[in-house]
Amino acid sequence: MDIKFSAEDIAFRDEVRAFFAKEYDATVAEQLSGRAGIEYKSAIVSWQKKLHAKGWIAPGWPKEYGGTGWTSTQKFIYETERGLAGIPDVVPFGLKMVAPVIYTFGNEEQKAKFLPRILESEDWWCQGYSEPGAGSDLAALTTSADYAGDNYIVNGRKIWTTFAQYADWIFCLVRTSKGVRRQEGISFLLIDMKSPGITVKPIVTIDGKHSLNEVLFEDVAVPTENLIGEQDKGWTYAKALLAHERTGMAEVADSKRMLDGLKKRAVAEVNGGKPMIEDPVFQMRMSDIEMELMALEYTELRVFASMAAGGMPGPESSLLKIKGTEISQAIHELQLQLAATYGGALPGELSSDELGHDFAAEARGKYMYGRAATIYGGSNEVQRNVIAKAVLGL
Amino acid sequence: MNFEFSEEQTMIKDSVTRFVREQYDFDTRRGIVESAEGINRDFWSMFAELGWLSVPFAEEYGGFGGNVVDIAVVMEELGKGIVVEPYASTVVVFGGLLSAATNQDLKASVIPTIIEGNCLGSFAYMEPQSRFEMTDVTTTAEAVEGGYTLNGVKTVVANGGTANSFIVSARTSGDQFDRSGISLFLVDSTAPGVEVKSYKMMDGQSAATVTFNSVSVGDAQMLNAVGEAMDLIDQVMPQILIGLSAEALGIMSTLNSLTVDYSKTRQQFGTPISSFQVLQHRMVDTFMACEQTKSMLYRGLCESKSVSEGETDDSALAKTVHALKATVARYGKTIGEEAIQLHGGIGMTDELNIGHYVKRLMMINTTFGDGDYHQKKFNQLSYMS
Repeated sequence: MDIKFSAEDIAFRDEVRAFFAKEYDATVAEQLSGRAGIEYKSAIVSWQKKLHAKGWIAPGWPKEYGGTGWTSTQKFIYETERGLAGIPDVVPFGLKMVAPVIYTFGNEEQKAKFLPRILESEDWWCQGYSEPGAGSDLAALTTSADYAGDNYIVNGRKIWTTFAQYADWIFCLVRTSKGVRRQEGISFLLIDMKSPGITVKPIVTIDGKHSLNEVLFEDVAVPTENLIGEQDKGWTYAKALLAHERTGMAEVADSKRMLDGLKKRAVAEVNGGKPMIEDPVFQMRMSDIEMELMALEYTELRVFASMAAGGMPGPESSLLKIKGTEISQAIHELQLQLAATYGGALPGELSSDELGHDFAAEARGKYMYGRAATIYGGSNEVQRNVIAKAVLGL
Repeated sequence: MNFEFSEEQTMIKDSVTRFVREQYDFDTRRGIVESAEGINRDFWSMFAELGWLSVPFAEEYGGFGGNVVDIAVVMEELGKGIVVEPYASTVVVFGGLLSAATNQDLKASVIPTIIEGNCLGSFAYMEPQSRFEMTDVTTTAEAVEGGYTLNGVKTVVANGGTANSFIVSARTSGDQFDRSGISLFLVDSTAPGVEVKSYKMMDGQSAATVTFNSVSVGDAQMLNAVGEAMDLIDQVMPQILIGLSAEALGIMSTLNSLTVDYSKTRQQFGTPISSFQVLQHRMVDTFMACEQTKSMLYRGLCESKSVSEGETDDSALAKTVHALKATVARYGKTIGEEAIQLHGGIGMTDELNIGHYVKRLMMINTTFGDGDYHQKKFNQLSYMS
């Protein structure tokens, strides 16, 4: 019963910390925050290229494909340090979502063609899963891919596609067979976004921003060489990927940092001349979250420790996504509460310098967009279904 | 890093688990609760033989030399059986205060009797007006030749009717709410002037109102330096709160598994009620509540170990124990209320064990400060520096 790291692991932690301190400087942070007026894509790509130059872009990959060869402890330390430093995670669609499918289920040609460009951040990927009629019930998807000689002809609509406007490639679940069990006729296709017949339509979200899209496919010809694995087996591959997506959704380190930021804000923001941090009701709201996060930190450590010992993650792992997202939303909520009415002013109408409360616009945006956290990656209600079935046997 | 128990801890855990499973079924417990004394002294002797009563005590007194993890291991398993024998009050609280005391002669004479099973003890600190504030003490200890004279009333003293000995907090100087000026005395329950009125508590345990009418105690009965009781109490309190929280965790996990099992067998509308999504999600929430409580307990254990091994100061631990007690209060309430609700009408009956687990959780909640009390303490440490 202890959480001590070995001397080697502490040395590794110091190395990671030193690298982040040196490379993630104020300029990079400003660029990635979106405040510097630089497009998000170029800012994050430039940061990812720094990580690649260091060899740290893909800790989760096997070493033979460009992974770091780190132990699970080192990976855990790396992610924790990243979160504590306030560094945004890499864009997951290529590095964390499609790449594991390609190196696990793809053929040699596909690996050689796609993996290096993902490592180098040369290709931007997006995810084509959800459809207007297939959200939590993903297997209801109807986008079709009809086999026609050297090509599949794809027709249908994908929706909620994050950053499709930047994407070079999209990985899609498409229906290749009908009349069998719903999950059995689905295939995993890689589609070039420049293909004729693809239209990307922006969806503006409740934070007033554009990161989501609808992607329309009209008779899009996709070479059969872009099929992953076997036709009609895509569901199996996607399920493996979803499991990958769910681990690491607790984001404890990120939440710890946000909470520290919240406390500092609560010192600066006053009501009746008294700092909000001294307000007993606000204190109770903060500690409700802080205590939950203190527990979640250890839940995450428990999951990590059982995996590091070579075991499977225990039942406690299934709650990481639910609790992690609930906590981050709760922090967003308190940030917005601090922003109060000032937070309602939209950028462009009055600069934050003029208005004061420079965090307010960001607090509003994070709160509004943060509502998505309990919807994506398997909504929290679906996660509860999973726990009910897999853990409680209900 | 690991969250495993050591081989010794696993052995003691298994031995308590086996006792609860094989010898402490709910009917047995009911019989004990309804008996005159409210405890089974044969079981207590067995606890002594099995070494459970020696767990936290130093080897020089014949103890096992265990740490807070060992205490938590025992307490969690006792919680699963809602064991009413006064382990917490005698070994964890009374024994914990003695272990931390500086009066070596007193320790050497009393601790071995606890380990042998011959001493039931209790900490008499609560007064009719003091609620959760340990520093609110009106019981007086007036200095006289060779010792002190105690006067005052302590109320809801855990296990007060069966205790042989009390550790009594009394004011040797200062005003009612002063932190300093409180001293701790070991007082025999049969000493002249000690009046004990015992009663049952809702959780099946017993307590007493203990009145001290000009009770004489010698200097040698004082646990540590005069007026410095609070330093000693603060030193031991993390271990006490962790022990009670471990007991609560054992109760919470038991309530959850009883409820899940029941939902799979209870048929309504022609199907087990476990098939209803609204109930599934509520059971998932209580599952998560239990896991989060366990994580907070483990946090307390890891930080306690690190403090006792001299690796860190106790600032993190101080926050964590408040957070732990507040978490136990919040999630204990959730789990208890959900267990009754999901059982439906049968959950309302005295005959079923569910309500009895819930009532013990309720008493743990108020013991040594309820959830709100500890959350406010947490807030002071976190936001008022």
